[in-house]
Amino acid sequence: MNIHEYQAKQMFRDAGVSVLDGLHCRNVGEAIDAYRKLGAGVVAVKSQIHAGGRGKGTLLDPKTRKVIMEGGVKIAFSEDEVRDYSDRILGNLLITKQTGESGKLVTNLYVESGCDIAHEYYLAMLVDRDSNSLLVMASREGGMDIEEVAETNPDSIHKITSSGKSGFDRDSCVDLGSRLGLIGPALEKFTDMVSKLGSMFIESDCSMIEINPLVETSDQDIIALDAKVSFDENASFRHPEWDDLRDYGEEEEIELRAKKTGLSYVKLDGDIGCMVNGAGLAMATMDVIKLYGGEPANFLDVGGGADENQVTTAFSIILEDPNVKGILVNIFGGIMRCDIIAKGVISAVSKLGLERPLVVRLAGTNVEEGKAILSESGLNIHAADSLADGAEKIVKLVKEGA
Amino acid sequence: MSIWVGENARVLIQGITGNQGRFHGAKMVEYGTEIVGGVTPGKGGSTVKLHNRDLPVYNSMNEAIISTDAEVSVIYVPPPYAAAAIKEAAKSFHDVRGEGLIVCITEGIPILDMIDVVSDLGQYPNVRLIGPNCPGIITPGAEGGSKIGIMPGHIHQKGRIGIVSKSGTLTYEAVAQTTGIGEGQTTCVGIGGDPIQGTGFIDCLEAFEKDPETEAIVMIGEIGGTAEEEAAEWIKANGTKPVVGFVAGATAPPGKRMGHAGAIISGGKGTAKEKIEAFESAGIHVANDPSVIGEVLRIALIEAGLREP
Repeated sequence: MNIHEYQAKQMFRDAGVSVLDGLHCRNVGEAIDAYRKLGAGVVAVKSQIHAGGRGKGTLLDPKTRKVIMEGGVKIAFSEDEVRDYSDRILGNLLITKQTGESGKLVTNLYVESGCDIAHEYYLAMLVDRDSNSLLVMASREGGMDIEEVAETNPDSIHKITSSGKSGFDRDSCVDLGSRLGLIGPALEKFTDMVSKLGSMFIESDCSMIEINPLVETSDQDIIALDAKVSFDENASFRHPEWDDLRDYGEEEEIELRAKKTGLSYVKLDGDIGCMVNGAGLAMATMDVIKLYGGEPANFLDVGGGADENQVTTAFSIILEDPNVKGILVNIFGGIMRCDIIAKGVISAVSKLGLERPLVVRLAGTNVEEGKAILSESGLNIHAADSLADGAEKIVKLVKEGA
Repeated sequence: MSIWVGENARVLIQGITGNQGRFHGAKMVEYGTEIVGGVTPGKGGSTVKLHNRDLPVYNSMNEAIISTDAEVSVIYVPPPYAAAAIKEAAKSFHDVRGEGLIVCITEGIPILDMIDVVSDLGQYPNVRLIGPNCPGIITPGAEGGSKIGIMPGHIHQKGRIGIVSKSGTLTYEAVAQTTGIGEGQTTCVGIGGDPIQGTGFIDCLEAFEKDPETEAIVMIGEIGGTAEEEAAEWIKANGTKPVVGFVAGATAPPGKRMGHAGAIISGGKGTAKEKIEAFESAGIHVANDPSVIGEVLRIALIEAGLREP
């Protein structure tokens, strides 16, 4: 789960991590008020979306897709400029290299005081699956894409790790800061910041904190100029406060609805809808569809123990996608019994209708009962014997229908 | 022979009185697994009927291991309590027996809890954790066998193929296909799809390599992380047995989590293409299509002189 920069910076403030003064705004009036309150003269007017590359993004009119302005983060030197920029940002689409072509509608702004930058660094904290530990990764090359730095100048990336729930000790933070070339008060402030971020990461069940850039000011202060924070969704049971941080506008409505029913759904660009049990088999099913010349319309894992109701919901979610021209159901019953799936499919079809071809492949527990239920239903369901057979059949049917 | 779990392994269920524990407990007893009891704090002294057996419930793992001499524990405890359950089992196995195997089925354990668990397990060198978020481990027997987890028992049969996989249902697909070409399995291990896990591919490959009855290995990976690449390196350096490999997720888009917490392509790393290339360069027989895993295995066995053409 991701949150906005303005929310992440509030968490930083609460954790004692240095950030500049700034205010969250939802309209032009609030942005002007924020400029007056901050009294800084120079401010940054920052689009708030859950994607990186905002500064180099492009704002488009959501209806005409006409370019409104280049850059989703603007430096304003006067009230008029704040008014102008926030008016051109709010209500428009911001396209960055992370948003894809559809972009993200900007409905939130963050107006932040300016500061005087001596050097820009990069810092990220994340879980490192290779070493089973927490990892801090930092570089003197801030303000750039870390993937790019990793390719062009890998030696400039420095790392420290920590295992267990203790966070990062002082010595390793000092070591990291020194390797970045920090000295004196800046090194002291950096050390303090990394240690506080470590505690925040653990207490708040983060999965990633990224600060790009982290800046050193000319008076040797260290400040988080940007803030990207994600949480580990598995820990949501102990963080009721996340409900207030979640921006539903940023998440695919249909993916959220799937999640609420216990389904895992990801929309893709193809035309063959898939319903599968298990994440690995669901991915493999998509792969086989592609191998036979088709394009999957979605990833959909109904989980280990889906009931009739979940199967019906899964079907309606697949059918809502107007691009879907056919559906492949692939179930390897372990815990999940094939007869239950068959009943779910029939009930979904009778509720939602079936105008598009449907291929069902069942295997595993109670497979004979499941197949019998489907064939006795009198519905136009194509049975498949194996995953390959199913994929081949649905690809052919969709092509014939097209 | 088999790895880690013998046909008659003595198994405890943590969370035996919960829905999942009772449902899968009954399935395990039915398969022939030697379930010797279970643990639910606060319900010690009672019994639970699983299939046709009344099994004792204990308050703690320590008490349960001392009373039953169990060597394996399988965990069906909900996510908020699962990390504590693993730690309790590890300490108890270490204290009472000096060794043990823990199989954690639970899905959705917070990642920081798992970092803490894995760091804690460092104290107990002879205690192994499989999972979490996995289907478990099964060693099919001539009759019955030891099924520890949630996999459908009936698709397995005793044989000479070792199977290791990140995915549940995709493992069943591979198992059914090995059985379909007339081969059986020594042991099948589902290591789970979470980013932090107790047992990885290389642990399983090492064990299968050492097991005299395992003659070939099927390894099923998926996008995300670099475990498949590291496994391929290990095979290149140490493998003597034929290995068949498959990687799921060739069509997955970057940046989207595909069901499993670990199945995400981030920063251009962890793609199926990279993994398949690593497999090929290590001499692994790659199945490009999951429905040909059985066929690729048959060819690999023939090439190795382990099967008549």
